[in-house]
Amino acid sequence: MSEKVMSPYPAMPPITKWLPVVALAWLVPGGGHFLLKKTYRGAILCGCSVIMFLLGLTMRGYMFQPMTGDLLTTIIYVGGFLADLSNGVLYILTKMFGYSAPDVAGHTVDYGTKFLVAAGLFNILAVVDAFEIAVGRKE
Amino acid sequence: MPKINLSHFEATMLFALFTSAVLGVVTKKSDKERLRYGLTSFGWFAATVFGLGWLMFLGHR
Repeated sequence: MSEKVMSPYPAMPPITKWLPVVALAWLVPGGGHFLLKKTYRGAILCGCSVIMFLLGLTMRGYMFQPMTGDLLTTIIYVGGFLADLSNGVLYILTKMFGYSAPDVAGHTVDYGTKFLVAAGLFNILAVVDAFEIAVGRKE
Repeated sequence: MPKINLSHFEATMLFALFTSAVLGVVTKKSDKERLRYGLTSFGWFAATVFGLGWLMFLGHR
């Protein structure tokens, strides 16, 4: 009575097949989808991430620096930093050009900060989606 | 770099629009399902914004 447990996912392909996709997807929003010839989906993901990021910049959103302290501070600042970092080349270019907006009170700056973080979270979703397509879990 | 000032309504609607589009693209399998999910998600975002907006307005009276 031995039943073979069937995995819902196909076997994992070699790392060389999905790592370039994941790396490009992180570096360029929608890039992984473009590499996998999913142009239409890639364009939507790229457009949404880039527009959100640019809106965040024009609203002078604050870019998080990793900071530790009490639990809430650590979650907010380290989490925010990781989300900002997830913007890939947009984050790198922004830092290269010396963007530095202070964390001041005000609804526009606050929305800008959230837009920058949301753009990074969109890109994380795009990276996961590209990974699933690359390993054959999704079309 | 230009600086823009969006109202609460404009910012939340833009957030809702882009978030709905991304969620629709990454969570569903066919284009029809994506469109439907995106529109439904945007509708719920908008309804929540209006609902919470009225709640805050009435709470401040």
